[in-house]
Amino acid sequence: MSPVQQTVLAATNNASEHRPLIISLFAAFVVATLVITVWAGRQTKDAADFYAGGRQFSAFQNGLAVSGDYMSAASFLGIAGAIAIFGYDGFLYSIGFLVAWLVALLLVAEPLRNSGRYTMGDVLAYRMRQRPVRTAAGTSTIVVSIFYLLAQMAGAGVLVSLLLGITSDAGKIAIVALVGLLMIVYVSIGGMKGTTWVQMVKAVLLIGGTLLITFLVLLKFNFNISDLLGSAAENSGKGAAFLEPGLQYGATGTSKLDFISLGIALVLGTAGLPHILIRFYTVPNAKAARKSVNWAIGIIGAFYLMTIALGFGAAALISQDEIIESNPSGNTAAPLLALHLGGVDSAWGAILLATISAVAFATILAVVAGLTLASSSSFAHDIYANVIRKGKATEKEEMKAARWATVFIGIVSIALGALARDLNVAGLVALAFAVAASANLPTILYSLFWKKFTTQGALWSIYGGLIVAVGLVLFSPVVSGDPKAMFPDVDFAWFPLKNPGIISIPFGFLMGWLGTVLSKEEPDAGKYAELEVRSLTGTGAH
Amino acid sequence: MATDAPPPSKAEHQLPPTEEFVRVQESADFGELRRSHRSFAFPLTVAFIAWYLLYVLLSNYAGDFMGTKLFGNINVAFVLGVAQFVTTFLIAWWYSRHAAAKLDPKAEAIKSEMEGGA
Repeated sequence: MSPVQQTVLAATNNASEHRPLIISLFAAFVVATLVITVWAGRQTKDAADFYAGGRQFSAFQNGLAVSGDYMSAASFLGIAGAIAIFGYDGFLYSIGFLVAWLVALLLVAEPLRNSGRYTMGDVLAYRMRQRPVRTAAGTSTIVVSIFYLLAQMAGAGVLVSLLLGITSDAGKIAIVALVGLLMIVYVSIGGMKGTTWVQMVKAVLLIGGTLLITFLVLLKFNFNISDLLGSAAENSGKGAAFLEPGLQYGATGTSKLDFISLGIALVLGTAGLPHILIRFYTVPNAKAARKSVNWAIGIIGAFYLMTIALGFGAAALISQDEIIESNPSGNTAAPLLALHLGGVDSAWGAILLATISAVAFATILAVVAGLTLASSSSFAHDIYANVIRKGKATEKEEMKAARWATVFIGIVSIALGALARDLNVAGLVALAFAVAASANLPTILYSLFWKKFTTQGALWSIYGGLIVAVGLVLFSPVVSGDPKAMFPDVDFAWFPLKNPGIISIPFGFLMGWLGTVLSKEEPDAGKYAELEVRSLTGTGAH
Repeated sequence: MATDAPPPSKAEHQLPPTEEFVRVQESADFGELRRSHRSFAFPLTVAFIAWYLLYVLLSNYAGDFMGTKLFGNINVAFVLGVAQFVTTFLIAWWYSRHAAAKLDPKAEAIKSEMEGGA
C-alpha cells in the first residue's frame, strides 16, 4: 500500500471512529430543518405563501437566502477542489460567479419583482401569447434546474462516501435517494417559507464554517498570503505555474476556447437561473429586491475570497496525490483540509472534518430545495394552471399540482444524480449556467427592453438556446469519449468544448432577434406599455 | 428584522386600464425615467462585461504578463482577480446610489399617480 493510500485510509478510519459524531451533526441539521419546515408549512395558507413566502422577507433576510441558494456544493467543494488541483484556474470560477450578479442587479432583479408574481414565466409570457410561451418557460426552468440538481447530487454522494466510508455504488445511490427524499419533504410541506429559512440557516453555517477554516489556514501562515501562495505552489509540485492561469485550460487552443466559453456562461448565467429569480418575489418591493442583491453580492463576494484560502490552503497542506486519490476531481479537498488543520489522527481533526462535512451537507440540502421549488412552481403555475387548465385552476388545485410536481422532480433527480456521481461538481454547475444564459437570459432581456419582441421571437430564443446548449453538451466530452465523462466507455463526442456557452449564448440571442423580425404577428403594444411601465415603476406590483 | 416597507395587501391591486399605461409610457416623465435607467445601466453593463472578458482573455493569452511577480508570490493575475471583486463591489454600490437618487423618486411619483395617489 502506498503512503498516500495509507493517509487516505487513516482519514477514513479517523472518520469512522468518529462516525457517531458525524452522524449526529448531520442528524441535528436535518431535524432542525424539518422542524422549520413543519412550522413554515403551518404558516403556508395561500399560493403567495407557497410560491413567494408571503412576500414578507426583509432585504437582509432575502440577501442571506439568495446567498444560501447560490453558494452551492459547486462553490464550496468544487471551487476549493479546482484551486487545490489546478491552482489559479480554479479561482477563475469564483470571479465569473460573482461578477454575474451585476447583470441581475442592473437589468433583471427589479423589473422582475415589479412585473411578475411567482415564476420567471410570468415575466416572459406577460406580453405574449400565454400558452406557448409559458410552456417554453416551464420547460427551460425544469431543464436548467435539473442540470443544477445533478451537480448537487454528485456532491452529496462524494461527501458521504468520504465520511461514512461508503464506497459501494448501492451505498452512494442510497445517499442520493435520501437527499432527494428530504428535498421533497422540505418543498412540498414548507414551500417558499420553509425553503427560505433553510437557506438562511445554511448561509450562516457556510459562512461560519468557511471563516473558521480560512482563519485556521491564515494562522498557519501568520496571515501572510504571499507565504500561503508560495507553499501551495511548492507543495503542488508545479511551482510558479500553479499561481498563474493555464494549468487547467492553457494546454491547447481548444482548451483556451473552452475557458472563454465557460467565462461567458458564468457571467451571463446567473441572471437567467430560475431558482435565483423567484427569490426576488419573496420581498415586498423592487427596492427590497435591489437591497437583497446588494447583500448577496457582499456575502457571496466575501465567501469567494475565502475560497482562495481554502483552495490554496489545501494545496499547501495536503499532498496532490492525497487530494486526487480521495476524489479525482478534487471535490473532497475542503473537508480533507479541515481534517489536516485539526490533525489527521486527533479528535480535533475529526470534529473539524465532521463540522465542515455537515456544513457541506446543509449546503447541498438548501440548494436542492431551492431548485426543486423553482421547477415545481414553474410546472404548477406556468404549465398546469395556465397551459393545461387555461387559467381556470383554483389556488388549491395549483398548490396540489406543485406538491405532486415536487415528488416527480425529486424522483427524476435521484435517478440522474446516481449517474452523475463522479463528475466535478463545479463543471456540472457551469453547464446549468450555460443553458440558463442561452435560453433564459436573451428572452428576459428582450421581453423587458425590446418593444418589437414577439411571441415567435420568445419561442425561438428559448427553444433555440435550450436545444443548442443541451445538444452540444450531449455531444461533448462531458457525456462521452473522455475518461471522466458520464459514459466513459462510449464515444459519440464531436463537439470539442466542455462548455457550450460560446456558441449557444449568441445563438439564443440571434434566434430571439430572427424570430422577431421574421414573425407575421405584430407585437402587442398595449401589453408592452403595461410591462414596461410596471417593470420600471412598480405600479400594480403585489 | 423589520421589512423595508409595510407589507403589501394580499388582494391584487386594481390595475389601471391599458390606455392609461400607454399614455404614461408616452409621457415625458416616464421617458425621463427610462432614459435615466438605460443610460446608466446599459453602458455600465457593457463596460463591466468588457472588463471581465479582458481579464479572461489576458488569463488565456498573456500568461507571461499575468505571471509577473509584483511582491513576494503575489503576481499580476492575483491582483487582477482581486480587482474584479473590488470593481464588482464598487459598481453595485454606484448603481444603488444612482437608483436611490435618480430612479426611485421618479418611479414612485408615477406609481402613486397611477394608483390614484397614496
